[in-house]
Amino acid sequence: MISLINRTKKRIAILLIAMIPILSLSANEPTAIQEGEMDVKNVVFGHIGDSYEWHITTWGKTHVTVPLPVILRGNDGRWHCFLSSAFHHSPDGVYDSFYIASGNSPYAGKIVEKNASDEEVRPLDLSLTKTAFALLFNSILLCIIILSVAHWSKKNKNKAPKGFVGFMEMFIMDINDNVIKASIGKGYERYAPYLLTVFFFIFINNIMGLIPIFPGGANVTGNIAITLFLACCTFIVTNLNGKKEYWKEIFWPEVPLLLKPIMIPIEIVGIFTKPFALMIRLFANIMAGHSVILSLVCLVFITASMGPAMNGSMTVVSVLFGIFMNCLELLVAYIQAYVFTMLSAVFIGLSTAEHAEHSVGEVKESI
Amino acid sequence: MGLLQPESGLLFWMLLSFVVVFIVLAKFGFPVITKMVNDRKQFIDKSLQAADEANAQLAGIKANSEALLAQAREDQVKILKEASETRERIIKEAKEEAQAVAKKQLDEVRLQIEAEKNAAIQEARREIASLSIGIAERIIRKNLEKGPEQMELIDRLLDEISASKS
Repeated sequence: MISLINRTKKRIAILLIAMIPILSLSANEPTAIQEGEMDVKNVVFGHIGDSYEWHITTWGKTHVTVPLPVILRGNDGRWHCFLSSAFHHSPDGVYDSFYIASGNSPYAGKIVEKNASDEEVRPLDLSLTKTAFALLFNSILLCIIILSVAHWSKKNKNKAPKGFVGFMEMFIMDINDNVIKASIGKGYERYAPYLLTVFFFIFINNIMGLIPIFPGGANVTGNIAITLFLACCTFIVTNLNGKKEYWKEIFWPEVPLLLKPIMIPIEIVGIFTKPFALMIRLFANIMAGHSVILSLVCLVFITASMGPAMNGSMTVVSVLFGIFMNCLELLVAYIQAYVFTMLSAVFIGLSTAEHAEHSVGEVKESI
Repeated sequence: MGLLQPESGLLFWMLLSFVVVFIVLAKFGFPVITKMVNDRKQFIDKSLQAADEANAQLAGIKANSEALLAQAREDQVKILKEASETRERIIKEAKEEAQAVAKKQLDEVRLQIEAEKNAAIQEARREIASLSIGIAERIIRKNLEKGPEQMELIDRLLDEISASKS
């Protein structure tokens, strides 16, 4: 088993080493940081938003960034594919008629091009942005981890695993038995792979987001597109598997006839609010966590102009708070993955229950 | 609010990566692991049950062997008892037989002695008779004519003999 972990480690190391040549050193004008002053808003929003390159650090005036591939389908109907560093190679930041929109444009920070009437329009943008890249990286990492555990399990039948495999097995079985099985009940096996995938997908993205160095630290689950997609998946699974009782509860609930005109719209809206709440909860929690940690770190640089005593004391405070917040975020990373999975399981359980329970209202309250 | 606007490009990558991850893990990942864990659980349950059964069997065997041992001990005692009884009986019988034989022999010897004694008495009587007859003949021949004293003596002798005989 140790050799398996070692092998996995080696694979990851090879992956990282393979990435080093991609790192490019580019000397350009700093975007967010001015001499002596700091735009905290830009730093924080620049981090939690998306970008076309992976900025690692700025050393003096040299930005160390990982250029990421840009994939576009322009208005001319042709596909363009180039590295984001291409924008820096031309003096005006225009490459092949594409450029990154400036701060006062409605598409600030996105790649735009000019159409025939000289208006800024967005091409179809499938660029492998920072978030998308982190997403792919974390997905591959997740596959490697789970498949290695599965591989070990297959090879060592009826043996108790140790170390990392044992931990993962315990982790998976805990979610499987105490969340999915407990929430769905009979017939949970059908949904267990989906819910386990959701849990570990969210969890690994949350955890990787807390690691501040490349390739961690991207705000993946704090991006609305990611949570929107996950919530849509739960919405589809819940409603496609809804039994007769589930739909009856929505379109003909057991309430007095006069209340029905009120209850039915509420129930119909309820179908959509449940996944919507899932989407917003995960997005807001992770985004807020990233923002708070970044703000605390920025505190050190904001107070730099207030004299050494203030700066020193604020540094201690911000580091202590930063450590505290990181520990908290570690907890939040687990809790949010857990909550998303559990609520998805509860929704699926309610929609697939053979006999409609009257706990629907209670569950809604708890949400 | 740019933060709340889902990017179509990111949605595309999310769709791609999540679907691929889901397919891969749902096919080769989680079911394999959960199945293995459940199989192992069953295996452990079965093993424990088998162990329990084996223990029960062992206990049964132990009880059986103890019962056998007790039986054997009982048998031993019984056999020993029987043996001692038999020994005593044999000894007793032997003694009785020996006594009977001894008695028989003694009786035979006695009878023989009796017979021999009788024979000896007969012999002696015949001897004595012949001796007496001889003595008598001589006395008679010498003193037959000597009168009544002789006759008296002969009578007396004869009386004595017959008296001792009877």
